[in-house]
Amino acid sequence: MRTLWKVLLLTAILALGVGSVVTAQETVDELTIIWAEWAPSDYLQQIGNLYEEETGIAVNVIQEPWGTYFDRVSAEWAAQGDAFDMVVGDSQWLGQAATQGHYVDLTDFLTSEGIDETVTPATLTYYGEYPTGSGRYWSYPTEGDADGWAYRTDLFEDPEEMAAFEAEYGYPLAVPETWMQLMDIAKFFTRPDEGLYGSAIYTQIDYDALTMGVENVLFSWGADWKDENNNVQGVVNSPEAVSALEFYRELYACCQPPGMSNAFFQEVNDAYVAGQVAMAMNYFAFFPALANPQSNPYAEVTGYFANPAGPDGDRFAALGGQGTSINAYISPERQQAAMDFIRWFAQEEIQQQWAQLGGYTTNSNVLNSPEFLEVAPYNAAFAETMTFVKDFWNIPIFGSLLSIAQTEMHEYIVGGEGTAQEALDTIAEEWDEILRDEGVIE
Amino acid sequence: MHFREAALVLPPGFYRERLEGMASTNLEVGAGGRAGATRGRRQLSDRSLQRLFILPTLILLIVWNVFPLFYSLYLSFTEYSVISREAPVWVGFENYAWVLNNDGLWESFATTGTFALLSVAIQTVLGFGLAMLLREKFKGSGLVTTLLLIPMMLSPVVVGLFWTVIFNPSFGIFNYLIGFTNPAVAPDWLALPNTALWAVVIVDVWMWTPFVMLLVLSGLSAIPEYLYEAAAIDRASAWFQFRRITLPQVAPLLLIAVLFRTIEAFKAFDLVMGLTGGGPGDATEVVAVNLYRLAFLGQFRTGRASALAYVVLVIIIAVSNLYIRYLNKIRDAD
Repeated sequence: MRTLWKVLLLTAILALGVGSVVTAQETVDELTIIWAEWAPSDYLQQIGNLYEEETGIAVNVIQEPWGTYFDRVSAEWAAQGDAFDMVVGDSQWLGQAATQGHYVDLTDFLTSEGIDETVTPATLTYYGEYPTGSGRYWSYPTEGDADGWAYRTDLFEDPEEMAAFEAEYGYPLAVPETWMQLMDIAKFFTRPDEGLYGSAIYTQIDYDALTMGVENVLFSWGADWKDENNNVQGVVNSPEAVSALEFYRELYACCQPPGMSNAFFQEVNDAYVAGQVAMAMNYFAFFPALANPQSNPYAEVTGYFANPAGPDGDRFAALGGQGTSINAYISPERQQAAMDFIRWFAQEEIQQQWAQLGGYTTNSNVLNSPEFLEVAPYNAAFAETMTFVKDFWNIPIFGSLLSIAQTEMHEYIVGGEGTAQEALDTIAEEWDEILRDEGVIE
Repeated sequence: MHFREAALVLPPGFYRERLEGMASTNLEVGAGGRAGATRGRRQLSDRSLQRLFILPTLILLIVWNVFPLFYSLYLSFTEYSVISREAPVWVGFENYAWVLNNDGLWESFATTGTFALLSVAIQTVLGFGLAMLLREKFKGSGLVTTLLLIPMMLSPVVVGLFWTVIFNPSFGIFNYLIGFTNPAVAPDWLALPNTALWAVVIVDVWMWTPFVMLLVLSGLSAIPEYLYEAAAIDRASAWFQFRRITLPQVAPLLLIAVLFRTIEAFKAFDLVMGLTGGGPGDATEVVAVNLYRLAFLGQFRTGRASALAYVVLVIIIAVSNLYIRYLNKIRDAD
């Protein structure tokens, strides 16, 4: 019996030893990237196929539906799993992922090789840096994105509509330069009897859509979620913020098609494609569907514009988009292979191809090149928008802050209950308590 | 068939060959072989085999049910986030104090209670009514019964999503059916705080009334016909027959249906998420939606979420006990 145990023990030791040798000599012939289920993931797969042609290393892009994307990634974090080598993650996740050790620190890699200088500063800050201003980077900005607008040029350029609008509002009908003009246009085109409404905006309560929609006006009104010391009292519920929230509520109440009380990108695009709205707010990443005549009967008469200015001329857009990070739970060899891929992907000629496929590059040179601006009808508006993007909190407890903001603002904007001041006072009060509990505010 | 009987149909020498095989294996291993063979023979007793067959199920139950139950109970007393790489920190009853002092959560409980009460009450009345109608056999009654059961076979998420289309004021059929032909003035059921919960109740009733109907129908079919015949001889009215025969006879099954539906209503999640996401504001934020937000969606407050889950569990057990006591009372009365 003792002999048997010795044999078993020896076999186990040998197996472990061989395993270690195999691990030490691990060669990486495929890489896995997880991203949300949408068109840019298809483009990334095509880029990955090019990488395989050049290097022999296959790249598999796993696509997860948006509704369960964060759950899938966070479940893998919880298990400290290696189901994917890279994640193209939201900017809001940075705090959690960086402080809890889920992402590999890419600071040395990005700065020593000058990759950080190839992308626009704003995208490097929002998609890659945590804590903000620290100079520590965790992601390579991959898919730049922000909110913009699609509009019906056939309505805007119709002589009768133009004359009627000018007669009613005293200035010509054109792409709005201010949010107030946007409101006028939205009201002008709201004709329930014809089944036409002025605008479609985000209202979804499920995750972050409503907050992202509100951010567009909130920042443009000169308001913010916090001051430089992370204080929220008097900031979140400032007069500017109240005014901005009232504006968003009015835009929803006057001009949103009925039934769009829980709307995100899909519902907004659906309303536009169905000819229900004259203008549609959406992330630029979802505009390819509107530019495609096969999916949008109004594709030929659709124009795009960047967010207009607020009362004092401030222009801001809610940041979307994601950066590529490396999973900290994979082997050093796989981490190195992932870095090799990012290095290759960040090259200007690859970024040009990425942009030509439909990806929203963050490469400064490509972004400003005439080829990029002309390759898609919405690219000029996108390039303009990327100069004034701004984001929500990205600290580890962003989820708690987001949940409160979503509920309170939804209650006011969609439910029509209470006032903007009450909604923002509640948010400020509850945020303040959480931020003090977590030590974010001293 | 008992195991001993089963053994009788095995080929002759079945056990002997195996025991000899085991003994020879043990002999090859070493001096302890014979003792091992004896042990092997003992392990093959009926009781051992019974235990052996039960073991996989038992292990699965422990791994999937018992361990998570007790581990989550432990987590409910800790400060812990499942995605952090930090060990749980014991905080005693802090999470429970937070749950019980959180006004938002009490509102969720109130919403859940209202939803459960409305939903189960309407389902009970409608389910009973439908079962009474379907009790009398008519041409095609089997087909009608089957068609009525379809809603409860569907996925709640799918039901939620297609009812958002049905409720849509622009092109949904619901407003049209209740008389609102102009979409511009038709109510947006899912967007208004005072109608959103009713919208969820309507969909839940549509989906689960057939379940109550099914159980009541099986209860009705089990009532002996002679009871009605005896009542008819005594010239008992239809109402008297219903009150004194039908209702008492069906009551146990009806209560079971109500118990199941109440438990499910307290756990309602997918239907609400599919229809309203808990909105507008928190008008339809039932406790399961609140729990989901706390446990996932960027918050990952695993400790607090576990505490909330246990509070919900205690409430469900308490409510279930009330039902079961009443059920037992009815049975004792019989």
